[in-house]
Amino acid sequence: MNILLLTLFLPLAGFFVLLFLPRQSKSGWPVALIFSLAAFLSSLGLIGPAFSLPAQQSSAVDTMWVTNLNIHFHLAVDGISLWLILLTTLLIPIGIWISDTLIKERHNAFYALLLLFEFGLIGVFSAYDLFVFYVFWEVALVPMYLMVGGWGGARRGYAAVKFFVYTMAGSVMMLTSIIYLATKAGSFDYAQVLAALNSGTVTLSSTEQLWLFLGFLLAFAIKVPIFPLHTWLPITYSEAPAPATFLIAAVMSKMGAYGLIRFCIPLFPNAAHKCADWIAVLAIIGIIYGALLAFVQPNLKRVIAYSSISHLGFIVLGIFTFEQQGADGAVYQMLAHGISTGALFILAGYLEHRRGSMEIADFGGVATPAPGLATAFMIAMLASVGLPMLSNFVGEYLVLQGTAFANFTWAAWAAVGVILSVVYMLWLYQRTFLGKTTSDTVSFRDLGGREWIAIAPLVVMMVWLGTYTQSFMPPVTAATHHLLEQSKMNLEIQVRNTAPHTDVRAQVLPAVAEAGR
Amino acid sequence: MIGNYVPHGVEYIRILPEILLCIFGILIMVLEAVTAEGQKRMLGVLALVGIVVAFAANLYAYTVPGQAFQNVITIDAFATFFRGLVLVVGLLCVFASLGYLRRQHAESGEYYSLILFSLIGQCILSTANELIMVFIGLEISSIATYVLAGYFRDDRRNNEAALKYFLLGSFATAFLLYGIAWCYGLTGSTNLNEIHRVISDPGLRPPVVLTGIAAALILIGLLFKVSAAPFQIWAPDVYQGAASPVTAFLSAGPKAAAFAVLLRIFMTGFGSLSFRWAPLLWSIALLTMIIGNFAALTQSNVKRLMAYSSIAHAGYILVAITADSQLGIAAVMFYLAAYALMNIGAFVVIGHVAAKNERYVRIEDLAGLAKRQPATAALFALFVFSLIGVPLTGGFFAKFYVFRAALEAHLVWLTVLGLATSAVAAFYYLKIVVAMYMKEPGESMADLAPLSSGTRVAVWAAALGTLILGIFPSVLLPFLSYSASMLGRQ
Repeated sequence: MNILLLTLFLPLAGFFVLLFLPRQSKSGWPVALIFSLAAFLSSLGLIGPAFSLPAQQSSAVDTMWVTNLNIHFHLAVDGISLWLILLTTLLIPIGIWISDTLIKERHNAFYALLLLFEFGLIGVFSAYDLFVFYVFWEVALVPMYLMVGGWGGARRGYAAVKFFVYTMAGSVMMLTSIIYLATKAGSFDYAQVLAALNSGTVTLSSTEQLWLFLGFLLAFAIKVPIFPLHTWLPITYSEAPAPATFLIAAVMSKMGAYGLIRFCIPLFPNAAHKCADWIAVLAIIGIIYGALLAFVQPNLKRVIAYSSISHLGFIVLGIFTFEQQGADGAVYQMLAHGISTGALFILAGYLEHRRGSMEIADFGGVATPAPGLATAFMIAMLASVGLPMLSNFVGEYLVLQGTAFANFTWAAWAAVGVILSVVYMLWLYQRTFLGKTTSDTVSFRDLGGREWIAIAPLVVMMVWLGTYTQSFMPPVTAATHHLLEQSKMNLEIQVRNTAPHTDVRAQVLPAVAEAGR
Repeated sequence: MIGNYVPHGVEYIRILPEILLCIFGILIMVLEAVTAEGQKRMLGVLALVGIVVAFAANLYAYTVPGQAFQNVITIDAFATFFRGLVLVVGLLCVFASLGYLRRQHAESGEYYSLILFSLIGQCILSTANELIMVFIGLEISSIATYVLAGYFRDDRRNNEAALKYFLLGSFATAFLLYGIAWCYGLTGSTNLNEIHRVISDPGLRPPVVLTGIAAALILIGLLFKVSAAPFQIWAPDVYQGAASPVTAFLSAGPKAAAFAVLLRIFMTGFGSLSFRWAPLLWSIALLTMIIGNFAALTQSNVKRLMAYSSIAHAGYILVAITADSQLGIAAVMFYLAAYALMNIGAFVVIGHVAAKNERYVRIEDLAGLAKRQPATAALFALFVFSLIGVPLTGGFFAKFYVFRAALEAHLVWLTVLGLATSAVAAFYYLKIVVAMYMKEPGESMADLAPLSSGTRVAVWAAALGTLILGIFPSVLLPFLSYSASMLGRQ
């Protein structure tokens, strides 16, 4: 049995088991945990093969799915997919673990949806066929929609529909691009499409490339989200139940970033280079805008939500530098952001559970009755703002370094975001945990044993990611290097084919010219 | 020559499904008189048997493909597919009707025999190779459905539905008939192969303008039947007024048959003029998608919402026809199969929740269904997600296939705009899911009966079919491609 298939289908099996459990059955929680932990253990088996061949497809599965249309069920893992799959399989059991206390009703249905969501995510991160990628992309959307809408706050219906329609609008344009591309290349298989483009057997005019790129970009930009397509995010984050918010912020936002680096850069390098300036500027606006909005939010969950927008901007910025460091930093930041923001949302969920509110004004002096909670929050917060020795520092540093190579002004502006994030986060911490204990917060319980079990792995990961980078970085570097090479090769082929008689490299592609210099 | 024409034995086999449906239909009417009031349900079961037998005969007829009765009908893969599809639609609707009619205390033989007669008409439409046969098939099918739409004589809305459907339907049929007359005048024949031969022959070819008028008249008649814009006005009122199982039937069966005819006439008969009607179909397809999807946004009645959605789906199918390719034909066939299953499934659940006399048909009346009957709600959600076009459901693959065909035919703008309207569609479809899963149960849920056994069969079968088409589309695709290639070659 292929280890990747096992990892993919264990959650689905769990989904079906939970579906047929009686509604009042208490065994839903252990069953869901067992399946998600089994998926986690199974996913550990992906590490070995991926480390030995990080730039190629390991643990690959490739069978014909729809013969008439040449659609393959093609999945594989490389250095980037590996960590994102592991991030997913690590965080889903934690999500199930915390749902036990944070979800109030219809538990079994919620766990079932969580497992279906995991199935979709693992598929997204390992799909090597464009059709399959799209299928998993949407499969991950539906359970999240139902979780937000079924278990969320007072305006959950509105939030869920907004979330779904936004994402759907983006993904139909991606679907158009996928079909168009596959019609041209004669296959949906990503490797084949890429090979056809790289060898010059299929050429796209620069207009075609631009529109196809924009089709993909729209879907990914909404999912990340990139400013100004972020408007679904605050309402969704604040209305969703805590475990769902945790997973949207920690894992789901990585779907968009992953799509950008996996598909947009190698497939449409020409268009990506042309649009890079715009996207980088939007990313920087997102970084600063998110930070400024985080300042003024009176609601704790919203502060974290906007800070998340701000930090996600770094990932996008890193990808569109087309530099090795930038890409490495972006991927590393995906992991680090997943862990640290995830931890913040879990802790916010615990605070909400205790206080019944998310308004910052309702807290104060929490550190006195609940020192453990305060410490955990402090660590997660410091990781999130990029303190050295903790996870996000590595990613943000590399992104900034890569950006400085590409364009120093961008790096300077992006660095402003880092400074701002320290300020608003510390201020948030001060208002919530320090100061005078109020009558409402004096009886706060500290983190219990079960709550520590959810937080501890994340704290360990934040320190590990921040201190021993080398245990994660080699496959990432190999994979991003390969992607950038493909992108460059494809770029040259396309330039040669579209404009054989004039030397347009320097004018169309300043970034390449610079790289060659 | 006609006088001493003696049909060959095998020609009877080719129309065996129609013959069997006829026998069962008449048998039910005869037995109606001698069946006790409490036993009428048996007539429904008899109808089920009749449809299953006809389905088997349809498969058997495919073992001896060819034309029959002086080429007025053709049995090929295309015809077999559509005959099979309308029979499956009939089967599911009869299953759904068993429980529905019992709840209304309105069980009777005539209802079931009308469904069988309507199916005969649709079978004839699927196999017709001759414009006169098209007309006969359309009339048989339509007259039976007019009566079905007004089956509950005491219900005001039922009457309105029947009357509207009848008046506008007759009007459209007149267009069709007029078009057929033009066609006969221009080409001297009503046989599609013959028409094709005359039109493509430079020596015999009638003036293009006149042929165009003939084709346009026929097109109007058929566009009415598939509720495409600008001939869609009747659909919301009729769908809302008719009883839910009847609406399910109307929205799937006659529509599939009409699309079959549309394809056959325009691919076989007027195939060589396709470049002339392509821009027209392009605009109609776009208009239909836009009107259907945007009008559905403001609906509060679920049946009306589904009516507009069904207009939108006709638009997607027209996109595939506009592509004018073998892939497009196959896409139309796949779409109709997936659409029939998900749409019938949705209407059956709507009819179930609506309770006696269809009191609860607003979207809010679905509130809390997930709490009261989680399985029913989950199945309805599956149909809704399929209608939206979420992967792993038949609806997604159908849409994907249609737009694949469109892009291969370089219809980029139609694809982009069409898919954009399908994102709009997500908005109104989700109202149903929101009501079921995110609202507290109201009055409508208080005395909601459990699913009756017939209804349960219909819903589960439709759900299973939707999933199979979504996950393993290969079960159908090779056959569809083959059918499409045969149709194009004639």
